[in-house]
Amino acid sequence: MSTDPLPLKKEDLLRAYRTMRTIREFEERLHVDFARGDIPGFVHLYAGEEAAATGIMLHLGDGDRIASTHRGHGHCIAKGVDVAQMMMEIYGKKGGACQGKGGSMHIADLDRGMMGANGILGAGAPLACGAALAAKYRKRGEVAISFVGDGASNQGMFLESLNLAAVWNLPAIFVVENNGYAESTSRDYAVAVDSYVDRAAGFGLPGVTVDGTDFFAVCEAAGEVIQRARAGGGPGLLECKMIRFFGHFEGDQQAYRGKGEVDDIRANQDCIRKFSAQVIGAGVVKPAELETIDKEARDVIDRAVAEAKAAPAPTAPDLLTDVYVRY
Amino acid sequence: MARKISIKDAINEALDQEMARDPSVIVMGEDIVGGAGSPGERDAWGGVLGVTKGLYAKYPDRLLDTPLSESAYVGAAIGAACSGMRPVAELMFIDFMGVCFDQIFNQAAKFKYMFGGKAETPVVIRTMVGAGFRAAAQHSQMLTPIFTHIPGLKVVCPSTPYDAKGLLIQSIRDNDPVIFCEHKALYGLEGDVPEAPYAIPLGEAAVVREGRSCSIVTYGMMVHRSMDAAAALAKEGVDCEVVDLRSLSPLDLDTVIESVEKTGRLVCVDEANPRCSIAADISAQVAQRAFPALRAQIEMVTAPHTPVPFSPVLEDLYIPGAKQIAEAVHRALSGARS
Repeated sequence: MSTDPLPLKKEDLLRAYRTMRTIREFEERLHVDFARGDIPGFVHLYAGEEAAATGIMLHLGDGDRIASTHRGHGHCIAKGVDVAQMMMEIYGKKGGACQGKGGSMHIADLDRGMMGANGILGAGAPLACGAALAAKYRKRGEVAISFVGDGASNQGMFLESLNLAAVWNLPAIFVVENNGYAESTSRDYAVAVDSYVDRAAGFGLPGVTVDGTDFFAVCEAAGEVIQRARAGGGPGLLECKMIRFFGHFEGDQQAYRGKGEVDDIRANQDCIRKFSAQVIGAGVVKPAELETIDKEARDVIDRAVAEAKAAPAPTAPDLLTDVYVRY
Repeated sequence: MARKISIKDAINEALDQEMARDPSVIVMGEDIVGGAGSPGERDAWGGVLGVTKGLYAKYPDRLLDTPLSESAYVGAAIGAACSGMRPVAELMFIDFMGVCFDQIFNQAAKFKYMFGGKAETPVVIRTMVGAGFRAAAQHSQMLTPIFTHIPGLKVVCPSTPYDAKGLLIQSIRDNDPVIFCEHKALYGLEGDVPEAPYAIPLGEAAVVREGRSCSIVTYGMMVHRSMDAAAALAKEGVDCEVVDLRSLSPLDLDTVIESVEKTGRLVCVDEANPRCSIAADISAQVAQRAFPALRAQIEMVTAPHTPVPFSPVLEDLYIPGAKQIAEAVHRALSGARS
């Protein structure tokens, strides 16, 4: 059930829409450019899941930290990482967010509280515990959020972190982005409990499940769990049930998905369409205002791609910098 | 003022002085206080061998007992290090790296490079290494080569109380992740240690015995076995030089090569298993960089390529001893190009 959009100020609604639309444009564009062979390596797209990252990150500032996943572009954009630098990074260019040394799976920007996308599933959870521990010492009411997919929710690192966060009463939040698939393996096959609320309870954490395609539901639930953590009330788990428009990685033919499944979710469960219908239906935002943002978001991505393609590649001396030990 | 204290006390003093100096230094690990949540005393253990005993009374908020959950707390130490703290995490035995290695080699080691130089990870992982405690295959290993292999990690293994204090202080102040290896059989070893804080730079070997006949390059407990061998050989008129590497990464190869250029002979001694060991690494690098200086084949003395056995008889055979080192020196001295 959706909450009334009116409690959010119009400027926040437009900001949220711009974030979601920017993520969507970013990912749709990568999908096309990857297929054309422009992009090296592995790319995992967040399209379809925008409401989760956006609804959660709306509550965070630069002092709050997140530990992301392999599917991290949406988290980065929602956390405020520069889109042009992200694109440059994905193209492996020197001006990228990580100087071209990280790539899609390792984009980080610690100044914005983004501790990194992560190629190791579940590995962000202990790191977020550490960021939450540091926040607890700083006493500024900051929080740390670990994102995991339903697949990584089975990792020992994640499960150990739930316990540690509860034992130390850390301002840590664990967001399970349940898109139904661990790579190609269905969540229902690989996760032994039906509800992540039950899994959280097993570790002494309060948990809540929301429709991750409903921005307002995510926003409200995330606000509660984040506020509790800020106030010293300890960790919590938020499960967002969401959908993945594309495959596990680009190039995935997705033969494991049901016939017509992707068409159906695109038509009926698109979180951005739902959001648009809600804010327009409530009479708060005019369609033309959203269309303006659509165009601006497309322009931002067009420019980012053009800059990334034109940017210089790293050079041989860059191979040996930024590492602590050489011999 | 220097006075004689044990390696255990030198490590405790280094932690104490750095915690006093820098409020961002926190110490965490299993039973490092001991008795958390229990009806009896706090600081019941002070670490499984008592190394952190007494610190809790001074810094109750910065000494954190952890669940038996190495992935979570080693990872949390790393995450806190990227978030403004200077954590020292104790991994009780280096053998336990198996359950938390991802956080060390895929996370901490790579952040700075992988994020284009924008992340610092000032974490120290203190861990017990080595055989001799009859602790068998999963509590006795010398796994230093595995960490040394990984770019981005610094690896330290002191052999004296003086080095233990100075190297640990430097490791805590260092902005890179440091694996600080403490040999469990050396905790009781006493030596001169100044009371005032001091830091020993990482990547500087120490020539602990000067000689002209043969270079013995080693680290950790094997420094003492090598010194015993050198003392025995001296009675035969063989004058060995002993180089204590102290830090394995970064590595002070210059001091090693200087020594080999003087003696023309090299014996590498390592408590680790032989393949891809520190001994093998030093041998290869010296062969590559200082081949003309060598007057004989390089000799290696290592543990055998087996797990650490339990039976005291077998474990004593497993650990390289002074006699084997002396034999290796003799082989080097009678080598082909003598």
